[in-house]
Amino acid sequence: MFINVLNRELRIAARSPGEWLQPLCFLLIVMTLFPLGIGPSPGLLATLAPALIWITALMAVLLSVDRLFRDDFEDGTLEQLVLSSGPVWLNSLAKVCAHWLFTGLPIVCLSPFLCIMMNLSSQWMPKVALSLLLGTPILSLLAALGGALTVGLRQGSALLPVIIMPLMIPVLILATQAIASPASGDAYFLWLGALLSFSLTFLPLAIAASLKVAVSR
Amino acid sequence: MNIRLWNWIHKLGSAKHFYRFSSLILPGLWVVSVLILSLGLYAGLMLAPADYQQGDSFRIMYIHVPAAILSQSSYVMMASMGALFLIWKIKLADVAMRTVAPIGAALTFVALLTGAIWGKPTWGTWWVWDARLTSTLILMFLFLGVLAIRNAAGNGPAAGRMAAILAVIGVINLPIIKYSVDWWFTLHQPASFSLTERPAMPVEMWLPLVVMILGFYSWFFALWILRIRTEVLVTEANKDWVRQLVNQR
Repeated sequence: MFINVLNRELRIAARSPGEWLQPLCFLLIVMTLFPLGIGPSPGLLATLAPALIWITALMAVLLSVDRLFRDDFEDGTLEQLVLSSGPVWLNSLAKVCAHWLFTGLPIVCLSPFLCIMMNLSSQWMPKVALSLLLGTPILSLLAALGGALTVGLRQGSALLPVIIMPLMIPVLILATQAIASPASGDAYFLWLGALLSFSLTFLPLAIAASLKVAVSR
Repeated sequence: MNIRLWNWIHKLGSAKHFYRFSSLILPGLWVVSVLILSLGLYAGLMLAPADYQQGDSFRIMYIHVPAAILSQSSYVMMASMGALFLIWKIKLADVAMRTVAPIGAALTFVALLTGAIWGKPTWGTWWVWDARLTSTLILMFLFLGVLAIRNAAGNGPAAGRMAAILAVIGVINLPIIKYSVDWWFTLHQPASFSLTERPAMPVEMWLPLVVMILGFYSWFFALWILRIRTEVLVTEANKDWVRQLVNQR
């Protein structure tokens, strides 16, 4: 069942590229705006780069959540997903996986270009990419939780940042520190991995519970 | 545990019994809380000696510290009520959760505001990004999130479950957020400089603080019980016992 849901999601995403390209365009545009606002000084941009890349990635993931549940909610597929065979948390995990493959993974692939834009030398690129690789799944899971909570509500998408931002703060702190502190070695990446395992274990259960509530309204 | 005690606690989950029980204890609780608060305020504002560094401006601590402690406490209490509602579907727990959320949010706001007022004469600035202030600000957003989802979802049973899920996720995340903010702060601050360290307080200063904390807690519970009673009357308005109560007046 997991494979079926995953396949379906991947196929839908592949057929309408505009949906998942839009948060990435947002990412690029905002990363262009930052130097315009801050000034072109390369040293300053390089210092601020990890934080700016990460905050923009956060916002891009929040933007992309709408497509995760809303269409399925409106045409009844979400109800079928909740009712169908197999545990609901596994089906939700499949949806989040597909979401990450089309949101988080492109961000990881774009990260070398973002580093170049922010004047970060190429020695930093692996660290940036690894922090995004470990962190964007956590962001996808948290954003999916927010999406599941707000999918039935009137102004759900306006509510999403308010609900989910505080929960994303530890990821932001860990990831930016992981990039910016070379002296500590891999410790912060291990912490990020721990947070990822923790989120992967518990958040699908919470997403499933929220989906069941949303569908029962 | 004694079966009769357990039965009595279990009965409290019913709105009617809770209403009857709270009618007995609420007036006493109000009197006690007002007394303790007055005692604490008098002792804190009048009796405690002035700080040799901060003068009299430190006295806002007698409002700030209890508000901060209660803001964190009330979030945990709110999440516990949410968990009770999610696991055992006790409807009174849902009522308790939605009535405490605004109280907790207001207390967090008071803590932030009084902290800023205290910070201006003491540190020279209204706001500084140290670990505790940042954590309290994030707590404010956590409360706002629960309030926002309640507001958007209306009053049905599903709304209670959504808010409860968010509150439980929030409370699980609370240690993670707190530790990551603490760690973030220690990374960015030189170790010799610490804004939140104070020399040990003499007993005349911290005793009124303890009294104020007790007073705040009793006032908080009195207010919460009052709000639960009002909400119970609203949600159970079509039940016989409510009608009898209304007709008696």
